[in-house]
Amino acid sequence: MQADLGKNYFELFGLPMSYDIDLTDLSSRYRELQRRFHPDRYAAALESERRLSVQMTAQINAAYQTLRDRVARGRYLLSLKGVHTDEDTDTRMDPAFLMEQMELREALDDARGASDREARCAALLEQVDQRLDSKTAQLQQHFSTGSEPALQAARELVREMQFLQKLTHEIEMLD
Amino acid sequence: MALLQISEPGQTTAPHEHRLAVGIDLGTTNSLVATVRSGMAKTLPDASGRHLLPSVVHYRAHQEPEVGEAALAAAAEDPLNTIASVKRLMGRGLVDVKRLGELLPYEFAAGDTGMPRLRTVSGERSPVEVSAEILKHLKQRAEATLGGALVGAVITVPAYFDEAQRQATKDAATVAGLTVLRLLNEPTAAAVAYGLDQQAEGVFAIYDLGGGTFDISILRLSQGVFEVLATAGDSALGGDDMDHAIADWMWTQAGLSQHNDRHAQRRLLRDARAAKEALTDADSHSVNVTRPDGSVWTGMLDRSTLQALVDPLIERTLAPTRRALKDAGLRPSDIQEVVLVGGSTRMPRVRNQVATYFGKNPLTNIDPDKVVAIGAAIQADILAGNKPDAEMLLLDVIPLSLGLEIMGGMVEKIIPRNSTIPTTRAQEFTTFKDGQTAMAIHVLQGERELVTDCRSLARFELRNIPPMVAGAARIRVTFQVDADGLLSVMAREETTGVAAHIEVKPSYGLTDAEIERMLRDSISHADADMVARQLREQQVEAERVLEAVQAALQSDGERFLSADERARIESSMAALRTARAGSVASVIKQAIHDVDQATRDFAMRRMDAGVRAALAGHRLDEFRS
Repeated sequence: MQADLGKNYFELFGLPMSYDIDLTDLSSRYRELQRRFHPDRYAAALESERRLSVQMTAQINAAYQTLRDRVARGRYLLSLKGVHTDEDTDTRMDPAFLMEQMELREALDDARGASDREARCAALLEQVDQRLDSKTAQLQQHFSTGSEPALQAARELVREMQFLQKLTHEIEMLD
Repeated sequence: MALLQISEPGQTTAPHEHRLAVGIDLGTTNSLVATVRSGMAKTLPDASGRHLLPSVVHYRAHQEPEVGEAALAAAAEDPLNTIASVKRLMGRGLVDVKRLGELLPYEFAAGDTGMPRLRTVSGERSPVEVSAEILKHLKQRAEATLGGALVGAVITVPAYFDEAQRQATKDAATVAGLTVLRLLNEPTAAAVAYGLDQQAEGVFAIYDLGGGTFDISILRLSQGVFEVLATAGDSALGGDDMDHAIADWMWTQAGLSQHNDRHAQRRLLRDARAAKEALTDADSHSVNVTRPDGSVWTGMLDRSTLQALVDPLIERTLAPTRRALKDAGLRPSDIQEVVLVGGSTRMPRVRNQVATYFGKNPLTNIDPDKVVAIGAAIQADILAGNKPDAEMLLLDVIPLSLGLEIMGGMVEKIIPRNSTIPTTRAQEFTTFKDGQTAMAIHVLQGERELVTDCRSLARFELRNIPPMVAGAARIRVTFQVDADGLLSVMAREETTGVAAHIEVKPSYGLTDAEIERMLRDSISHADADMVARQLREQQVEAERVLEAVQAALQSDGERFLSADERARIESSMAALRTARAGSVASVIKQAIHDVDQATRDFAMRRMDAGVRAALAGHRLDEFRS
């Protein structure tokens, strides 16, 4: 048994299929959906409704996690447009980007043992964050163009942002 | 002309009897029970007016165990049979317990399941059974005070409790004959009690330092929705550790090295705790230690010595605090208010250090001992169906990541920590050998990369995979975490549909058969009582189902059902009413199932209408970005 939750996460949240999202608006829509479908609201409801509400809430949570994250949202929107990012199978990357990654990783390794580790981590985090911001802006641009070459460029960006996000995580773990 | 009464799907319009439900704070040191009466949540005192029940059980030969004050009084005289701080043992394996061993003055026997058992004069007892005694005591107190049987209880657990600890708590409730409406995280419960009281909005930190556990939760409160953004903690850190630090200091000051005398240890801990509590107001406190040779050491414990002893422990609470803030993407200055919960936050030094870290004075205006039970009672009232129109909604998270073992002894995370529950995540795996027909699935919890650094929750096997070349099979593993934070895992080979499904029962948890046995043991005249209990449970459930269907028919029957469909539902209800009047639990259960079947399509249509209404709630112009 599956309730009709709309075709995709954007529809579920009543949003247009666009990369641009107002995060404050998204979280208020999220709370509204939870308020309506959370299992606690079905304490006195039919058994089937209680089961459905658990399924729906899980889906609402998954949708929210995806839409509020700039990388996950990009990947998801691409998949809706039939473009898959294939992080697991396609390992080809732009050599210049890979070089830059290697440098960042070396900096991270150096920071690991350094006496001023905290300061280095903060500086590195700042650098990675700037790159993510600039790629987010480019991604926005490509999605609004929407042509086939633009979507292919968006695919590369999402793949690169995935790398950067992972690096952010590693820096934070070290800190 | 009568107006059409339209209600939200899922919300009943029919008035019903007030159902008795309670919130229980099952603490390391003390436990409480609370309920909502005439709209007010209050803790329930015993006959002597005491609200706190010491979480202590004293086992006696050929007699019922004593619980609470009476048991506490026996602790110094009969330490081996008096179990205190049992919460620290919940869901723990023998290995973990051995690590705590020197702190605990009990004798352990290995159980069949790897769960530790305590040797007492009335036989071996598992931590689950000891906790069940405390729960039973509170259940009796509530039923005597409220004058009726409880439909269920919300029981609080530390937010940082892992899967095994949660499951153990739920098992204890089952053994005590309590229906668990929800396991609720303690800081969230405190936020409910506090937030509803203050009509608060914004981002809050709940710092909860109890007798044996520490939790920090960061929540956003917005129009009645309590959204937990992140939680962290240490499920083996609390006031008990401070008592031990003080006791060790006293022992050393007295010029003694080893202590393996359990009587002396119990007395020492009791005195250490008294000194700690006295120093909340006083600047120094006289302490003494009776040496094994009978001579007595007397000395003074002053505040600065106490601070030196407890500061390392307080420091240990700040690391999880930093992590929770980071996970929430916030800085200390982003926190609007800090709420203190748990008896150990009474210590001036704790308050001081928390204030320094957050740069603001924490709030302490609700009794830190009672606030958790009160929050749990408010949630219990809603989940029992007494407040269908309540605005309040709790969105909680899992504290630790859940994952699977992959090649090389590594852990692949399936659900990251701080994911909002309930949640479902799936991941696909494949075979790595040609002709592989089985796959071992090892479920783990924790943040580390290596299997050996995480807690093993369960292992199971997916068999009968048809032989294929390596990498051709598509095995989809689905993790589902319910609103109690409990996990079930399903594995399925997608090309053939071969499936395996388990509810995770941690390897050192209890089997269903063991719980059944404990439940029987705990009820005198077991068989007759069990039958009566099962019958009563099914009758209560039948009542709930009938009310729910009646309410749904009344508000949406016209809209969604043909005359035939409605007749079918009504005949299933009539059958259920007949079954309910009988005395066979299984017959009622079947009739409930039949009503469920008959109402499935109806439920689906109501939910779909709910989705459409939710989407229509947004105006069209909002869709232009």
